[in-house]
Amino acid sequence: MVKVTFIEHDGTETTVEAAEGDSVMSAAIANGIDGIVAECGGSMMCATCHCYVDDAWADRTGPRKEGEDDMLESAASEVKETSRLSCQIKLTADLDGLVVHLPEEQV
Amino acid sequence: MTNTPDPGRVVIVGAGQGGLQAAISLRQEGHTGPITLIGDEPGLPYQRPPLSKAYLKTGVADQLTLRPESFFEKKDITLRPGLRVDRIDRENRQVVAGFEVLDYDQLILATGTRNLRPPIPGVERALGLRTLPDARALRDALDTPQRVAVIGGGFIGLEFAAVARALGHTVHVAEAAPRLISRVISPEMSARFRCLHDSLGTVLHLGNGVSDVSGGGLVLSDGTELAADLILLAAGVRPNTELAEAAGLMVDNGIVVDTRLRTEDPHIYALGDCAVFPDPATGRPVRLESVQAATDHARAIAKTIVHDAADPYAAVPWFWSDQADWKLQIAGLATASDDSVPVGEDTVLRFAGNRLTAVECINNAKIHMKARRLLAQPDVPTRDMLARETYDLTSF
Repeated sequence: MVKVTFIEHDGTETTVEAAEGDSVMSAAIANGIDGIVAECGGSMMCATCHCYVDDAWADRTGPRKEGEDDMLESAASEVKETSRLSCQIKLTADLDGLVVHLPEEQV
Repeated sequence: MTNTPDPGRVVIVGAGQGGLQAAISLRQEGHTGPITLIGDEPGLPYQRPPLSKAYLKTGVADQLTLRPESFFEKKDITLRPGLRVDRIDRENRQVVAGFEVLDYDQLILATGTRNLRPPIPGVERALGLRTLPDARALRDALDTPQRVAVIGGGFIGLEFAAVARALGHTVHVAEAAPRLISRVISPEMSARFRCLHDSLGTVLHLGNGVSDVSGGGLVLSDGTELAADLILLAAGVRPNTELAEAAGLMVDNGIVVDTRLRTEDPHIYALGDCAVFPDPATGRPVRLESVQAATDHARAIAKTIVHDAADPYAAVPWFWSDQADWKLQIAGLATASDDSVPVGEDTVLRFAGNRLTAVECINNAKIHMKARRLLAQPDVPTRDMLARETYDLTSF
């Protein structure tokens, strides 16, 4: 299992456990994290699972996947250099302890 | 804070993605009264789109659950799975489900659709693909080599056909219309998908409906006989409107609602696949079968209920379909008679006169998202304006 910490816009911090191979998005949904909506269920059709990867982890989550930039352009909150669609970040042992911050709005 | 009177008890009939979203949005908008979400299927609400896509390949049902059980406790949403509503008593503002009577102040109908079963002899032998048990049954059947026949060349039939082919099964698709997905996409895009399925090795029978399923396969209208072990019926859906109709609400291809998604009864709303609402772009009544309509309707209804928001519903429709490694994305809403302007091989712009109505594209998130943004603007670029830029959406 891999630990992921979500820090919501209001500062609420929740650490959850997820299986390797799960996406950060599905880890959030399975644990009822409010700040992730995931309307399209990971089909890359919306930008409602937007997150900011904590600076300390940005290298390890890798670059954005194909098409992710285009989807992020329609995100409801500010897009930063660390912005990712959480459905496109797959959890690996290397990401154990990952910290992501959630934007104010997803829709 | 608003001065809106307390909206009171909200009952939502239908626990699909739209019904659930209505419950979530009501809490997000600050509704503090009771919310009851009633679904006739057992278990937690789940996503349907992957049933004909990822789930058929992976078989991982956990990933379909929209929210965990703890979410309903945390949000104080009463989920009532496995409960079928029998009728609505508008006068007393109650819904009746078996021996239970639930009072409501606001009622949201999110009853969705069910599969259309055309009156073909033997059609009861065909499996459907709408619920998780349906998908599970199909997935189990695909464990052993099968001669697969699909009735209907629309999204569901073709998504299933692509998965079945990838697993090595023999696949035939029979479609009564002369082209694929004819209700939704342009002839040019239909032709592209015909090429895709030809190249996958699926045998397409176009303009050739099914007249009999009672033997060991299909008999097509031209007399062709296709042997099949597994038959999928994917000939479209019909909206579940019986509750509304019996309650005396207006029904015309769906539950008729106004620009605020409200029926003629000010205490009753309808959303998603079962609702007929005024298309924001044209005002004509439309019914959409999509995640987008279900969730955007749900959010709009929650705003209206909690804040008495007067803004008419204005969301741009979007759709997607995954077939093999192609993702078809559609922004906007065209009618069958709209003009088509192909741009390259994989994008088609649709126009009604000078008005851009929809953009269809394959594997092009950039164009799709651009189209969604442009169609949401008050001043959508016209055909003339687009023609001057060689129909390049990214110039705008």
